[in-house]
Amino acid sequence: MSRTEIGERLTNAGYIADRELVTAISLMQMLRRPLLLEGEAGVGKTAVAYGLASVHATEVIRLQCYEGLDQSAALYEWNYQRQLLAIQSHQGADAGVIEDQVFSEKYLLERPLLAAIRRQKPPVLLIDEIDRADEEFEAFLLEILSDFQVSIPELGTIAATSIPHVVLTSNGTRELSDALRRRCLYHYVDYPDVERETRIILARVEGAGTDLALQIARMMEAIRKEDLRKLPGVAETLDWAAVLVGLDISDLKADPEAVYETLSCLLKTREDKARFRREVTERLLGRVA
Amino acid sequence: MSCCGAQMTAEEADAVAGLVTAKLSAFLKTLRDNSFAVGLGEGRDAAALMATGYAQKPDLLRSAFKHLFCARKTDWEKFDGLFDAFWLGRRVRNRSTVAGSTDPGKNPALKSLKDKTSKGDGATDQVPSDGSDDREGDGEGRMEGASRIESISSTDFRKLSDPAELELAHAIAADLARAMRSRLTRRERARSRGYRLDLRRTIHGNICHGGVPLRLVHRRRLEKPLRLVMLLDVSGSMSMYTGMFLRFMHGALDEFREAEAFLFHTRLAHVSDAMKDRDPARALDRLSMMAQGAGGGTRIGECLSDFNRYHAARIIHSRTCVMIVSDGYETGNADQLEREMAALRRRCRRIAWLNPMMGWDGYAPVSSGIKVALPYVDLHAPAHTLQSLAALEPYLARL
Repeated sequence: MSRTEIGERLTNAGYIADRELVTAISLMQMLRRPLLLEGEAGVGKTAVAYGLASVHATEVIRLQCYEGLDQSAALYEWNYQRQLLAIQSHQGADAGVIEDQVFSEKYLLERPLLAAIRRQKPPVLLIDEIDRADEEFEAFLLEILSDFQVSIPELGTIAATSIPHVVLTSNGTRELSDALRRRCLYHYVDYPDVERETRIILARVEGAGTDLALQIARMMEAIRKEDLRKLPGVAETLDWAAVLVGLDISDLKADPEAVYETLSCLLKTREDKARFRREVTERLLGRVA
Repeated sequence: MSCCGAQMTAEEADAVAGLVTAKLSAFLKTLRDNSFAVGLGEGRDAAALMATGYAQKPDLLRSAFKHLFCARKTDWEKFDGLFDAFWLGRRVRNRSTVAGSTDPGKNPALKSLKDKTSKGDGATDQVPSDGSDDREGDGEGRMEGASRIESISSTDFRKLSDPAELELAHAIAADLARAMRSRLTRRERARSRGYRLDLRRTIHGNICHGGVPLRLVHRRRLEKPLRLVMLLDVSGSMSMYTGMFLRFMHGALDEFREAEAFLFHTRLAHVSDAMKDRDPARALDRLSMMAQGAGGGTRIGECLSDFNRYHAARIIHSRTCVMIVSDGYETGNADQLEREMAALRRRCRRIAWLNPMMGWDGYAPVSSGIKVALPYVDLHAPAHTLQSLAALEPYLARL
């Protein structure tokens, strides 16, 4: 698939990508490497995976990482309840036969990693917030991502039916291992510039006019330059734009009071709110609107 | 294959391929010199990309190489400059390559580290050779270590001028970090008895017994190691103590599975990697570069602000003790210090403030810096002797 085509498909799916991301996606196809996305929370890392899924017209299988995530939650598990019921209902039968029966596909519960390699059409495997998982899990992931096969003691080795497109995201709460980084293509997702953020608002918020979208994007750029504890991401921009459209506001400068009132969509801590007094809002509005 | 319409011979094609390969491997070397982790696999993929037409479009090649060779944000930020300088011959605004040797003689603290490291003992496990051969393995070695501590431990570091004594003090600090570490693990182990039953695995494990739970499976306790984050003031007023604490930090970085170290004066420097560097000369180079400006004033508030903003999210978790070593003489803004201490307080488990001045007769924490910081500190302890460092151990064990 050409880069132009990738860009078009992403846009059609509502994801406005920059040129570098398009290159990254075309490299993923070519080099068959996973893509590691880093960036601040809320810049749209997860959305890249969904955009990629629509590029390839396939589904997303998501593995949300957390501390203590282990193989059974990520790879596969046996359905113990059903196994027990089966054993109970076959009391007296030959033990070997029962064992063969209860350790069969029928009683196997697929978890995201196993599901991803057993699909006919390669899905997008999104391993979200890998930095939240433990280092042991990261090491285990390396193994499965390089072999794309799973060994289940009772069943044998299950090889991948198709190799998924793997996207990993990280917020940087923990430093990832060099081994994992080296196996991946790397892309740093930054806050969008004004032009791209305007296009994102236009694509995602129904009823937002070009003028309003541009004003919002400029305002966001100014807000992100302020000294805040938690900078608002693209998700916040979209919320705010939706609220402004809902309030029938088409010019930020015409209604500074409403802008001030709705800033709670963007500012998520008490200190940030306290810092963003009316004067600050008006000063920024004066500059951007 | 054709070039400008003319047909290339096999030899010419080989020659061109050879030139491209040579240029590419030179670029890989440049990247490695700038601490990019680039392996053979990346080199092979890069060559494949160049062969598929990427080489004809510099912008595209830059973007493709950027994704391939970068592994972290710092790489990402400097890649474009390096690429342009190498392939397009453009000037780079900031020099990226790590400079060679830097003079460490300016700062006595760094100098003392150099004296140590230049003896070829990059690792911190150095113990004085006299009578400490049986140190490892049994309790006796440690007892003997303790007796050594007694003889020297009540000496104020300022008065430790004899190099041999200084060396000994440094070694004890490393020992102490090790003792703290091993005690902690023992306590953790003792505390982790009383496992909960893992029902799911118990049922699974007993299917072969027809579901009768003959063999119980217990839930493994998730052990989260203690993390120690050290922020060391290397300003002028602390210069007497810096050598000692650098040594202590070095020891702690080796001994704790999870430890991070920062130096600060008028700005903050993350030195964990530099201090962990196995090559002692390089470690010193990196450290002295980072500590440039040491020995001047202190802007604790600003440095803490940098720490909270750029490092805290990544470094601090719920079992983190932040250890600030400073005399609290703030030459910056005290209000900012208070604000940043409050922010830090919310994030971490405990804050210990080690203050060398507390050992001085008649010292009272009245300077503006320490006064605003103290309400957010869990432990304000003296740190002018080895005894005072040793006294921290039970405190750390409670975390």
